[in-house]
Amino acid sequence: MATDDVWILGIHMTKFGKHLDKDAIDLASEATLAALADAGLTMKDVGVLAAGNLMNAGAGIGQQLQKQIGQTGIPVYNVANACATGATALRTAIMAVKAGECDYGLAVGVEKLSGAGLLTGAARRKEGDTWAPDGRYGAVTALDGRVGTETMPGVFAQVGMEYGHKYGGTSFELFARISEKNHAHSTLNPKAAYTKRMSLDEIMNDVMIAYPNTRPMCSANCDGAAAAVVVSDSVLKTLSKEQQRRAVKVSASVLTSDPWQESCQILPDVNTLTRNAAEQAYEKAGLGPDDLDLVELHDCFATAELVHYDNLGLCEPGGAVDFFESGASWREGKTPVNVSGGLESKGHPIAATGIANIWEVCHHLRGEAGDRQIEGAKVGLAHVIGLGSACGVHILEKSAA
Amino acid sequence: MDEGSAVSEQVPLVDYLVLGDDPHLVAKECTTCGARFFDRRNACASCSATEFRPAPVATEGEVRAFTIVSMAAPGIPVPFVAALVDCDGTSVRGNLVNVPPDPEHVTLGMKVKLATVPVGTDSTGTEAIGFGFEPREES
Repeated sequence: MATDDVWILGIHMTKFGKHLDKDAIDLASEATLAALADAGLTMKDVGVLAAGNLMNAGAGIGQQLQKQIGQTGIPVYNVANACATGATALRTAIMAVKAGECDYGLAVGVEKLSGAGLLTGAARRKEGDTWAPDGRYGAVTALDGRVGTETMPGVFAQVGMEYGHKYGGTSFELFARISEKNHAHSTLNPKAAYTKRMSLDEIMNDVMIAYPNTRPMCSANCDGAAAAVVVSDSVLKTLSKEQQRRAVKVSASVLTSDPWQESCQILPDVNTLTRNAAEQAYEKAGLGPDDLDLVELHDCFATAELVHYDNLGLCEPGGAVDFFESGASWREGKTPVNVSGGLESKGHPIAATGIANIWEVCHHLRGEAGDRQIEGAKVGLAHVIGLGSACGVHILEKSAA
Repeated sequence: MDEGSAVSEQVPLVDYLVLGDDPHLVAKECTTCGARFFDRRNACASCSATEFRPAPVATEGEVRAFTIVSMAAPGIPVPFVAALVDCDGTSVRGNLVNVPPDPEHVTLGMKVKLATVPVGTDSTGTEAIGFGFEPREES
């Protein structure tokens, strides 16, 4: 009996890092062709393509990709949703399949970000000769640095500090130890951009970017792509036993935006929309945080990982510090978090991230994760946040076949 | 408005900063739900109503979050302290000023008050005045 479940049939991520000899189309092609091969399909089978490349969002990455690997005339959705772009592409493909518009959907995200440096609003604009109010705040000159900060490390530093103010227990060292965990995890991931274990001292004494985030506590700018092929339940049942065995069930696919909260236009609120997404995802999947064998969450900065333990319900409200202190989020712990190394070491090629974290979870659910395999993993959760804001949460389950 | 005048004038950095003897911030408050905003509004993000009234914001507050920015876009002097200040229930974004930018002097929950800071002078001699929050003496 077919259901309206959607499955991941094929998925791939490129190695993250510096790809000096490859452009975005090369990387997107590599990820897409490998995901199709993993699914046992070709471009001719695909009924919809959703594609994202945030730093060049107007360029039509989907059609550019088709021109290299297969112009089949199918609808293309070029999507942009900040750091949630990859998850948005995947969800777009899932919705098309769920709506019955096609049998197979394809999602791809790619970014060329090596050497991009600090991601911020912009360099200060050239000032005129005379002060003249401009923009929605009637500002006579640029506000970044004069009225708070627009840098990502600074914004997410405040997100972690606000949690510390509310519940206590945080410190520079605590945030650095979260980063220490993810860098330790990365040593087992050959696809990570950085695979060097770092001591707490090294992390705390590295270049300060925005207190309490030092450089290794920030997501690593790098190049990379990831792609996934999704299929309906009814079509999956017509495929080979091997395809059915390796297929991963999308038990929940949720995208939220930030609902209004008192301070959300002062400091972006990355909490409420994540809590909402997680609650919806657990309800749709009929599962809870205790069922999760691993979690890939959006550690764009070490300060962000802490708040998402709480937002995703991995601990009691206010209990994120105790949760981390218990060792729960280490790979040997109760709920391993970011066993890939996370964005801090695996890297964060923006539009690829929201599919690459799904790849990581699928890799474990299929039992194919090699040295870093979480033994017996049956259920995993992948989470991304795009500032602005968008949140994607996917819950994935191992096939029973 | 003061063509040819040699008299030095002051303008606020942002239109929600009121200068004068009693410098303070003024929010746009939704007349339906009370949500407060600092930018030009099309409607209320909380309830979608379209009427707003000016609401003076308390000049004293408490630091709810901060970061010490050591790396910023070209042209921005660092380090500086960016903060989220809770001014009697209204959240305000601003820098912490008149305090050394280090974690020994800047703390969560610190009591602060609004302070004006000079931004610069343009070619006509007009001075732009911005704002920040400085430590308040504990009583």
